[in-house]
Amino acid sequence: MKTEISLTVNGEELHAFVEPRLSLADFLRDSLRLTGTHLGCEMGACGACLVLLTGTPVHACLVLAVQAAGQDVETIEGLSERGAIGDLQKSFYERNALQCGYCTSGMIVSAHALLAENMTPARADIRDALSGNYCRCTGYEAIVDAIETTAVRRKSQVEAAE
Amino acid sequence: MKPPAFDYLRAESIAGALSAFQEKDGDAVYLAGGHSVVPSLNLRLQAPSSLIDISAIDTLSGISRHDGWLRIGAMTRHVDVLKNPEIGKHAPLFQAAAPHVAHPAIRNRGTIGGSLSLADPASEFPAVALALRAEMEVVNPQGLRRVPADDFFIDIFETDMESGEILQAVWIPPVQAGQVHAFDELARRQGDYAMVGVAISGILLAGILSEIRIAFLSVGNKPTRAVAAEAALIGLPVNAAAIAVAQEELEKDLDPPEDPQLPPAARKHMARVLLGRTLTTLGASA
Ligand SMILES: Cc1cc2nc3c(=O)[nH]c(=O)nc-3n(C[C@H](O)[C@H](O)[C@H](O)COP(=O)(O)OP(=O)(O)OC[C@H]3O[C@@H](n4cnc5c(N)ncnc54)[C@H](O)[C@@H]3O)c2cc1C
Ligand code: FES
Ligand code: FES
Repeated sequence: MKTEISLTVNGEELHAFVEPRLSLADFLRDSLRLTGTHLGCEMGACGACLVLLTGTPVHACLVLAVQAAGQDVETIEGLSERGAIGDLQKSFYERNALQCGYCTSGMIVSAHALLAENMTPARADIRDALSGNYCRCTGYEAIVDAIETTAVRRKSQVEAAE
Repeated sequence: MKPPAFDYLRAESIAGALSAFQEKDGDAVYLAGGHSVVPSLNLRLQAPSSLIDISAIDTLSGISRHDGWLRIGAMTRHVDVLKNPEIGKHAPLFQAAAPHVAHPAIRNRGTIGGSLSLADPASEFPAVALALRAEMEVVNPQGLRRVPADDFFIDIFETDMESGEILQAVWIPPVQAGQVHAFDELARRQGDYAMVGVAISGILLAGILSEIRIAFLSVGNKPTRAVAAEAALIGLPVNAAAIAVAQEELEKDLDPPEDPQLPPAARKHMARVLLGRTLTTLGASA
């Protein structure tokens, strides 16, 4: 039996009828065609499916769409369109911090959450924040570099503004 | 994989959740953070006809103090265990263990009640609860009861709770003068389940250990106290000689199962090393 839910996705209020077993990831990808949220393992291990639920990163493969009712969901598309991650995207591009790109949206969601909390993370903090994100291509160094570069640039912007 | 179909019900109260469970004749699973339930549904390891979401029940949330005891509501997320200042002050051992529980995004959803109810022998919080002499507040249609951690964890994924009962909160006894703690684990990667871990709580006054509880995780079918090692340490300063004796005694406490990934002898060796490290930290923390 389908259940009616209301939620906000990337700033837009939505109503939908969903099967209880539908994951938030499948709802975003299949019903809303927001395919920037990727699915790898569907068991919480790879981090490809990270989205923001009321501002905190969660695995969209482990949250049911019905559990997101009444809440605010933001995906990589929303973050990108509102310009929240332009500098992260630029650093990833410059440093070749992606090859196939499968892990990238999840990496950026983790990086975005880390930098919101800690403006000057050490490399160890960055690695810790990415501990639940798998990348099968890059070997991680370039990703850590890109996030570190973004942090340094953001900090110097803040200092320049002061 | 995708899970088989199920019904979903969001309970508004404990009474509502308990009666929904009874109506389903036990063919239901409570859903808290869902970070153990949903993977197991996706992997089709279980296929209940209903999920009863208990996350919105307000008596399951909140952190408060009563007569010196700290009450941590079952729906407290791992991230809040990590960051809450009351827990930092009155149950710092939980905070020492929390960074080792999974990865950041999982800590945003997983709950302390889910972790204690599931009783995975590789989980950190059951061992912490055991080391701290915590008590579980369990509710069923007849009322409430409190179960000491020593009696709560029974076997692998098995607790003293009957099917349909709900864990409402975990209670931590008041911090005592001279109370010290240490936590550490060995995992293959940061955030992975531990190969071996240990939670220690003790009382160290004027350099002498008068009480100690050492609880290992990932060494058997449930969180395991090292009673022989504990006994060897009482009445002594925590110095290299005492630590060496405790490490010898640990041999009597642990009997890890056969595991193709980690033979019992290797696991025992790691437990010894870890005990040495954590006791050294404990001795230095007074
Ligand atoms: C990739 C990954 C890595 C992980 N690594 C670790 C780790 O290193 N260490 C660790 O400890 N955990 C780890 N976990 C597990 C995670 O911490 C779980 O979220 C947690 O153990 C269960 O909490 P939950 O709130 O998600 O419970 P749920 O998944 O909602 O429930 C778990 C079980 O407990 C029952 N239950 C839940 N709450 C109650 C209650 N209040 N009363 C009665 N029954 C209840 C449910 O019915 C279910 O059977 C990991 C999970 C994933 C996906
Ligand atoms: S698809 Fe969600 S963590 Fe892998
Ligand atoms: S770029 Fe391919 S998985 Fe990370």
